[in-house]
Amino acid sequence: MEALWEQILTKANYWMTIALMMVGLYAMITKRNLVKKIIGMNILQTAVILMFISIGAKRGATIPILKHGDAAAAHAPRAVDYINPLPHVLMLTAIVVAVSTLGVALALAVKIYQQNGTLDEADILARQVPRSHEGGP
Amino acid sequence: MIWQIEFVVLVIVLICGVAAVTVRDLLGAAVLFGAYSFMMCLLWAIMGAVDVAFTEASVGAGVSTVLFVAAVFRTSRRTKD
Repeated sequence: MEALWEQILTKANYWMTIALMMVGLYAMITKRNLVKKIIGMNILQTAVILMFISIGAKRGATIPILKHGDAAAAHAPRAVDYINPLPHVLMLTAIVVAVSTLGVALALAVKIYQQNGTLDEADILARQVPRSHEGGP
Repeated sequence: MIWQIEFVVLVIVLICGVAAVTVRDLLGAAVLFGAYSFMMCLLWAIMGAVDVAFTEASVGAGVSTVLFVAAVFRTSRRTKD
């Protein structure tokens, strides 16, 4: 029992990554509203970012800014004392990409609403069916 | 890294995420998603990723919420699920 709690608490970030990923997938698959689907997509993206940041985190380490920067020769930096900054840099890019995909997705949703008058996916598909019989270009 | 604070923030993140996808009002969902992003930002500050926390607070929580609210006001607030 003790070992189980140890496993759950020390790996809580990874369990939460899985849970948030499932919440995002659930919203993307089962929700019929387009804005709800976009929210699900964003939750999925933040779950991935959480996993990468958790990989870089380290117990007993400090933020990756060099201590004694003016006397670097006297105090050689030890990698054990600093959190790994590489996942941070990668995920910084991922956040910006997430916001740009959000902007494009919301612009498309607004355009779809202007054409169909609804954000509900089933209603949009129901409106698409008669249009296909008119004979396209 | 204080694991009690991290654990509480993780639970709040999950609650905000589930609430954002289940609430039946799109404006409420947008605001709950903003709260989710700010809690995520807190989580990254706890884990020592201060630069990511900065970016998330400004871009992830701020701009995303503005985009969501703008889109909801241009469309409709009501949703069936």
